[in-house]
Amino acid sequence: MSREDVFQKVMEIIKPFVKNEDVFQQANESTNILQDLKVNSARLVDIILNFEDEFDVEVEDEDADSVNTVGDAVSLIMEKLAA
Amino acid sequence: MNSRVVVTGMGVVAPNGVGLNQYSQALRAGKSGIRHISVMEEYKFGCTVGGIPQGVDAIAEDYFTAEDLMAMNTSHRYGCIAAVDAWTDAGFERPSRDDDEVFWDAGAVIGSGIGGLDTAGERLIPFVDAGRVRRLGSTMVEQIMGSGVSARVAGLLALGNQVTANSSACSTGTEAIIEGYRQIQSGRARRMLCGGTEGSSHYQWAGFDAMRVLSRKYNDEPERASRPLSASAAGFVPSSGSGILLLENLEDAESRGARIYGEILGGNVNCGGHRRGGSMTAPNPDGVQMCIKRAVEESGIEKGEIDAINGHLTATGADSSEVFSWAKALEVSPEEFPLITSTKSMIGHALGAAGSLEVVACMLMLDGGFVHPSINCEDVHPNIEEFAGSIPQTVEEVPQLKTIIKAGFGFGDVNVCAVFRKWLNH
Repeated sequence: MSREDVFQKVMEIIKPFVKNEDVFQQANESTNILQDLKVNSARLVDIILNFEDEFDVEVEDEDADSVNTVGDAVSLIMEKLAA
Repeated sequence: MNSRVVVTGMGVVAPNGVGLNQYSQALRAGKSGIRHISVMEEYKFGCTVGGIPQGVDAIAEDYFTAEDLMAMNTSHRYGCIAAVDAWTDAGFERPSRDDDEVFWDAGAVIGSGIGGLDTAGERLIPFVDAGRVRRLGSTMVEQIMGSGVSARVAGLLALGNQVTANSSACSTGTEAIIEGYRQIQSGRARRMLCGGTEGSSHYQWAGFDAMRVLSRKYNDEPERASRPLSASAAGFVPSSGSGILLLENLEDAESRGARIYGEILGGNVNCGGHRRGGSMTAPNPDGVQMCIKRAVEESGIEKGEIDAINGHLTATGADSSEVFSWAKALEVSPEEFPLITSTKSMIGHALGAAGSLEVVACMLMLDGGFVHPSINCEDVHPNIEEFAGSIPQTVEEVPQLKTIIKAGFGFGDVNVCAVFRKWLNH
């Protein structure tokens, strides 16, 4: 799966949790999930679970903690897919 | 001086109608909302009928965001739809998420008898037992915590006064209304969203089935299964839904020109102490009568002014003793006995939501000048035969209907009673 494909899927998964639609429309890999998209921090747990389901990977809690930007999520998933 | 408290908005999600129009029409028509529930049959319940509001998910998708919906089980969906409807019915706009204004004088008391067991049964327990705790996600606690629905409503409507949940078994819904009434009466709040909500889950109903208190004889005729006051009553029909009322202080309601359904004249909440025949599951008749008497006293009306009774009346053996308790507490002979009706005959017993679903019925009856039928009691129980003339078999048009009294009784020997009056000063 290409990095662009993963990015698109990550964005789809994050979408229902986004509170700032305008920023979401312009989002790129450096967009911060909590600060820029105003996602409720408690819901990061659900986003990670949805990544696991969508990409059929397992994300450890320590890995999850390293996700701040959309790009962090994409990189993490690419890494898991390659493993 | 105490503030007077009026009802200016209502929302209802009931098995026989969602929204005030549908519900009001169903009540007038004596329409049952009881249906066959296949999951109860599948899991070998003795009772395989119940009350589940219809078409709720489609409404929920209109009302709530995808993120909200992920954290809303049936109890949440019913309660939040009813609360939002009560708010807008009262003429208030639903605030935007982006608007930082908080309504510091508006609160909520929204309780459940059980609540959230669909989430516990379908997700929490199976996931934990399978060692998959981390797969529960973030939405578990808010769906099973006792105050989950009131908390969700607070976020939807930016409530800033007391936001809490009460629980007193089958008197929960009416008790919530008394709690909100007192909060406004004492000047601590200016408007309160109050009532009960109860989700649809066979896990919620299983314990009652095991106690053999559910109706088992009418599984093939769901609409006839809930038979309060009847000689052939065979237990209550489990049900679900929500009724929420927006209570407001009279001055505010009048100054903004709100439509007023009725006034809460007074109420009482007590417990029979599990004495004199009272127990976890049966009421002490002294407690019941005292609760009714004190509610009437607080209302400042004469007993003879009561035009109609919306009873607890579940379709168990307790119906007859309830009728006798009313007669004793109100000191009326069978001939003078007011009209008495059971909303549960149409919607079943919605446990913690029952009381407020029935108070919504009371307000609709006051507003519309009618008393809805108590269906399925064409064979009035012989013990209460002399009261049969007071039980409407079809809708009674009562244009002069002015005062309704409502009681609810719950496991734990707890009682609640409230008196409502039609608003005539407009």
